[in-house]
Amino acid sequence: MTDVTRTESSWRPARFDVSRPVLVLFAALLCMLIIMPMSWLVYYSFVDRAGSFTFGNFVTLFTDPDFLNPLISTVIVATSSSAFCCAFAAPIAWLVARTDMPLSGMVRALVTASFVTPPFLGAIAWELLAAPNSGLINKAWRAATGAEMDDYLFNIYTLPGLIFVISCYTFPYVFVLVANALDRIPGDLEDASSVLGGRTWFTARRITIPLTMPALLAGALIAFLQAMTLFGSPAILALPAGFHTMTTKIWSLFQFPPKPELAAAASLPLLVLTIVLLRAEHLILGRRGYSVVGGKQGAPRLVRLGWLKWVALALVFLVLMLPVFLPYGALFNAAFSRVASQFISFSNFTFQNINFVLFELSATKLAVKNTVILGFLSATIGTILAVVISYVTSREAITGHRALGFLATAPVAIPGIVLGVGLFLSYARPPFVLYGTLWILLIAFVTIALPSAYQQMQSAFRTVHVDLEDACRILGGSRLRTLVGVTAPLLRTSVLATWCFIFVGVMRELSAAIILFTSDTKVISVLIFDLKESGDLGAIAVLGICMLLITFAVVIGVNRIPGFGGSVKVRNQ
Amino acid sequence: MVCVPFSRRDLLKGSAAVAASLSASPVSAQAPEPQAITPALIAAAKREGKLVFYTAMDLQFAERLGKAFEIKYPGMAVRVERSGAERVFQRIDQEYQSNIHAVDVVNTADQAHGIIWKRNGWLDSYLPEEVVKYFDKAFYDPDGLHVTTRILVSPIAYNTSLVKKDAAPKSFADLLDPKWAGKMCKGHPAYSGTIMNATQQISRDLGWGYFEKLAKQRVMQLQSATDTPKKIALGERAIMVDGAGYLVIQGKEKGEPVEIVYPTEGTPLATSPSAILKAAPNPNAARLFFSWMHSREAQQLLVDAARQYSPHSQTVEKPGVRKLTEIKLMKEDPATVERTADEIKTRYAKIFGV
Repeated sequence: MTDVTRTESSWRPARFDVSRPVLVLFAALLCMLIIMPMSWLVYYSFVDRAGSFTFGNFVTLFTDPDFLNPLISTVIVATSSSAFCCAFAAPIAWLVARTDMPLSGMVRALVTASFVTPPFLGAIAWELLAAPNSGLINKAWRAATGAEMDDYLFNIYTLPGLIFVISCYTFPYVFVLVANALDRIPGDLEDASSVLGGRTWFTARRITIPLTMPALLAGALIAFLQAMTLFGSPAILALPAGFHTMTTKIWSLFQFPPKPELAAAASLPLLVLTIVLLRAEHLILGRRGYSVVGGKQGAPRLVRLGWLKWVALALVFLVLMLPVFLPYGALFNAAFSRVASQFISFSNFTFQNINFVLFELSATKLAVKNTVILGFLSATIGTILAVVISYVTSREAITGHRALGFLATAPVAIPGIVLGVGLFLSYARPPFVLYGTLWILLIAFVTIALPSAYQQMQSAFRTVHVDLEDACRILGGSRLRTLVGVTAPLLRTSVLATWCFIFVGVMRELSAAIILFTSDTKVISVLIFDLKESGDLGAIAVLGICMLLITFAVVIGVNRIPGFGGSVKVRNQ
Repeated sequence: MVCVPFSRRDLLKGSAAVAASLSASPVSAQAPEPQAITPALIAAAKREGKLVFYTAMDLQFAERLGKAFEIKYPGMAVRVERSGAERVFQRIDQEYQSNIHAVDVVNTADQAHGIIWKRNGWLDSYLPEEVVKYFDKAFYDPDGLHVTTRILVSPIAYNTSLVKKDAAPKSFADLLDPKWAGKMCKGHPAYSGTIMNATQQISRDLGWGYFEKLAKQRVMQLQSATDTPKKIALGERAIMVDGAGYLVIQGKEKGEPVEIVYPTEGTPLATSPSAILKAAPNPNAARLFFSWMHSREAQQLLVDAARQYSPHSQTVEKPGVRKLTEIKLMKEDPATVERTADEIKTRYAKIFGV
């Protein structure tokens, strides 16, 4: 300690105020990430091909049924998915967090598995399962009931099919938010209710549920935004069904001859809708206080379900069949099967798909390399940005910290494909030509990940009470020394979780990448999308499984780094 | 020695029939010198060691073609970038607008692309010796800027376990029968060059009204012409309205329950041009691959393994494919496709909703 004091005291007189350069640097960076692409987006939406001012793009957008119908479909898909997610995720979260249902750890792990699954891969798996004629479920059903050749149980190429598949891979967002909120509700409040004579269900209804409403609302909103901005699932399921959503429509505007002005104009409703919804959430929640964390709190009380807990567990596993067991089963089946839509049998078994993807497909190596590089870089840069910005904002370390916090949260309002269009317009022509390099994808991935990474780190900073830092500073530690010696070690679990969260996000990302890739900067998700176009389902299954193995290997590997220790699960929000 | 039931004359007739259906290009004053594969070219190519091949051909065969080239010329590595011809075209356009020159050799399924790239001045003039010797003049650009590599047809096909042979449709008109509603799949002209040409030819010969009626049949809309044969082989739909005929033949020979139908109105035709880009990052490797791709060896692989038609007059047809002369073909019209592609895509999207 004496050593530290000496170093610090000799250093302190020469202390230079670093806050201004830090602020300027980060603000400049965030402007490059967010403000520049969005400005180009707005600019392009108001000019015609020749570059003169016009409202023509918006007139087309709101009068032409080619644009109006996708807009309506998008709203229907997003609203229903959001409702579905809440209807299923909230009860499961409650069962896991507040009841004595067994195997709750495993349920959480399975939800994580469905979060890690890229939505487009899930959509392809569900094609294998529930395409009306070749889908495995429909085949099994026909075999079991002796139904006619054309009869089917499920048709995934429909609006409800799309909503279902999107919900399967969006509900983890709601689950995690609600489960975390339930974990945080102190037992004391519920005890108080019991002491005053409230029964179990009364307490749940009057105390527990109201306290989780903000999380549920936030979850519903995030599910809505996710469903609205997904590109892969509608491209895979809606196009064969004969309808567009906004994201697939925007993508189709890049067909030759490209119409970037219309794409920009079509992106703006998504942007405006997102901002309006976020604002609305803020208004609804802003007026109420839900501060439940403070002082010592008792452990949450578990509701005893009795024999019902087995029923509950069975139901939960039944629901989790849909995003996890069935799709993975279908992918494994397709990977080892000569014909993707047939059950593996002795005559049907093959290693050909694996051989093709690993040794014949010449694009595999480059795509895997690009994806891993981008995953590591985005996760590292994104985490550093999130840690620094949330430190600055939560400790109010420099003036202007609010602006930084706002800039870090702003991308939440920018759907992936809109960001892709914006970045393409900004960085595909001089003076900044980043298109064609991994940089433009890096910018996109970091920007997309930043808001949640920042939120995550900020809530982590809140859990480290400033007293601990003050203690260090009173003993003579500098701000930096405090951050490195006290705050960072306390936060390492959250830092790792944030890193993994961003890494997983990069593996899942397709909507910005589909606009920004070139043949040299292709990532696995885009390669899978290309394979989908030509119907190479066996290769997709193998590549998808490889992708998941890479994800799990990296996440587990990172959590085993010596010095970090501890067990970290991929969390989000 | 296996007896080949086709004479060379048959083949030439077949090619000539296709050649006649192509619009003649004006003969330029100075035809470029035919280029042989010289040891110097091979050495220069090997120094570059790699090339990037953008193509619309079915991925499995494209990779096989690349591997065959790597075996023939050890030390070379071919990276295949496959997507539908119209997406390949869009990709190159998007990359070239940003001064990204990643592609060495390109092959699409739409002759209109050759016309546009030539006009843009993006193509390298290079005529392999074998092309001049063995290809009909209609199959290469007189200035040596692009060469037809493959001849594709887009027939109807059906799944034989879902449709009985005598109940199968014989013509495009048959597909309007209400009994096929919800049972057909189809490629998309905004993604596939084969389908772009097929759409232009069908709309010209049968009128756009045909598509309007077809759209009422709840057709499953796919993208690539290479996807529709796979979807009927899976049994997801009973009939494909259009798509790569060669994949149906490949599937049939592998034992899949599929059968081809050459519609009585005529079968849409798409010849598939290849070119070397002037700004190719590996120009010598590009020339070597381009020459080899049009050599008898590669062209025979195209016939034997990919089951496509070759413009190379020395290739020997393998039984199991109907001769081009025996198929009533629709007339290919690249100049009109080039002029009206955007209109075709827009009109198609209006009719089919995507």
